[in-house]
Amino acid sequence: MPDNTPRPLPTGVAVAAGVLLAIPILALLIVPIYAKKGPELWGFPFFYWYQLLWVFLAASFTYLAYVLIERARREGRDQR
Amino acid sequence: MSVVAAGSGTKVDGVALTVLLIFFVIVTVGGFMAAKWRRPESMHSLDEWGLGGRVFGTIITWFLLGGDLYTAYTFVAVPAAMFATGAVSGFFAVPYTIVVYPLIFIFMPRLWSVAHRNGYVTPADFVRGRYGSRGLSLAVAVTGILATMPYIALQLVGIQAVLDTLGLGGSSNVLLKDLPLFIAFAVLAAYTYSSGLRAPALIAFVKDTLIYLVIVVAIVYVGIKIGFGDMFKAAETKMSTKTPKGAATGVFIPNSKTYWAYSSLAFGSALALFMYPHSMTAVLSGKSRNVIRRNAAILPVYSLMLGLLALLGYAAIAAKTKVIGADGKPNAQLAVPHFFHDAFPSWFAGVAFAAIAIGALVPAAIMSIAAANLFTRNIYREYFKPDATPHEESTVSKIVSLIVKFGALLFVLSLDKQNAINFQLLGGVWILQTIVAIVAGLYTRWLHRWALLAGWAVGMVYGTVAAYHQKSAATAHFGGSLAKFPFTHTTVYIGLSALVLNVIVSVVLTLILRAAHVPTGEDATAPADYYSDSVPAVRPVPGTAGGLPEPGAARA
Repeated sequence: MPDNTPRPLPTGVAVAAGVLLAIPILALLIVPIYAKKGPELWGFPFFYWYQLLWVFLAASFTYLAYVLIERARREGRDQR
Repeated sequence: MSVVAAGSGTKVDGVALTVLLIFFVIVTVGGFMAAKWRRPESMHSLDEWGLGGRVFGTIITWFLLGGDLYTAYTFVAVPAAMFATGAVSGFFAVPYTIVVYPLIFIFMPRLWSVAHRNGYVTPADFVRGRYGSRGLSLAVAVTGILATMPYIALQLVGIQAVLDTLGLGGSSNVLLKDLPLFIAFAVLAAYTYSSGLRAPALIAFVKDTLIYLVIVVAIVYVGIKIGFGDMFKAAETKMSTKTPKGAATGVFIPNSKTYWAYSSLAFGSALALFMYPHSMTAVLSGKSRNVIRRNAAILPVYSLMLGLLALLGYAAIAAKTKVIGADGKPNAQLAVPHFFHDAFPSWFAGVAFAAIAIGALVPAAIMSIAAANLFTRNIYREYFKPDATPHEESTVSKIVSLIVKFGALLFVLSLDKQNAINFQLLGGVWILQTIVAIVAGLYTRWLHRWALLAGWAVGMVYGTVAAYHQKSAATAHFGGSLAKFPFTHTTVYIGLSALVLNVIVSVVLTLILRAAHVPTGEDATAPADYYSDSVPAVRPVPGTAGGLPEPGAARA
């Protein structure tokens, strides 16, 4: 079976991806950073729009992690 | 029947009901036709019936997972909680459904790989193979089935809310009252039985299209007619109003007393979500690791929808929506259906109701399939008929999928519907206790199988007892999911406290058992299984009928 046993990710890539994924988790679980009323946006208190904004940010961070890992995987394959 | 006249939905709304029925018929036909979609040579195996052949790509998986994870909980229970008591009981669902994706991104590809290599269909299959422990696997399977039932029950509550708004279900005759609900569920059961996972996968397209349409219209309406500023102001006023007992009605923005509650609900629910059998089922039906990773990046779109839907609970406050049910009693679950009914023409309210009802049917189907798979693989096959053929397995699963739905009905009848959101949180308390064995098992064999079993038992008992003691205005027991963390005054999600106890017991006992050299059991998985994207040797050649990978081979 050629090319059938992929290797684990290089440590650097794994760490970078891990950081990218940890950011949204921390940004939302540390509630005191956003549990406030102002500044408001279109009538939305900060507490509400901050969390909705993180929907997009979290998606971007996760996608970035995906790209990083994919690239590392592809390079890993090419080197064989 | 004078009881009927007391409700706001005194008359059946013919137009809305007709629209709802049209969509229901479309979905039902689709559900039965789904058996023919990408038709395999034989539906008679769990790989086909229960996992749709494991061939779903990024887009189908996106709809399936979206249809699966965003349920009546999203459309009815979360806005209802927002309507009744505000952010801590409702809006935590937004961080919860955002935080879950990085977690899925990290853990699920490993689980997918090991499941694919070894032909695992359920999380308990994995635990069985990894730890060589029948007891631990049974614990995971039973927990999965148990936790799924209140979640399916929550879907029933959602459908009920719609029917109630339409003016159905007001009869004081118990049988007649729930008849429409029974019919809807019987139809669901029938097409799940015949088409398996393909049915909800196909219906999910309809569901999501409707939901997105409805939410966009609703938000534009709120922005123009009510105004976001006024909406939030109305909510803030309601939440800070004192109840007769002197406490505030709810929480508009958490303060230092409720930081931990908010954060632990979000984190605990996120951890629980991907341990549920139905999310595993949807993940395992994907065709590659990358399908899962890509989905982790694009699924948050649904969370935006969830957040906006949650705010409709506030919109209902601002619009002074009445939530008196057809039986004359107030019921917060009616907030969103009644809001649509009051604010929009009947036909559009019908579309919204269809979205909610179908939104409840899709996950209910997937959940019952997942619970049935657990029973078949990890109880029936393990304890009753070890040499069950794939055909027998799928037959048993189909029947169990029916039984599970009726178990859910029991939950609906026995728990307080006012706080239906607690159905899901109670299931979460239970399912969270399986995470130690599963997630730790994806990385290490260090934890001892018996220690894991003990930790699981401690978590289950603590979680259930703590939840049992929660009173609410309407019930003496199971009235909430927040309690003081043991030996502190900090209020946190019971599921998470139980998980902490679970981990402590597991680690301490592992140290003891390892020191005593108690056998740790056989590991049927290989290190390379966990990051492999390749098709394993045991996979059947596509097109060969009934070629279920033989898990026994990997376990032997």
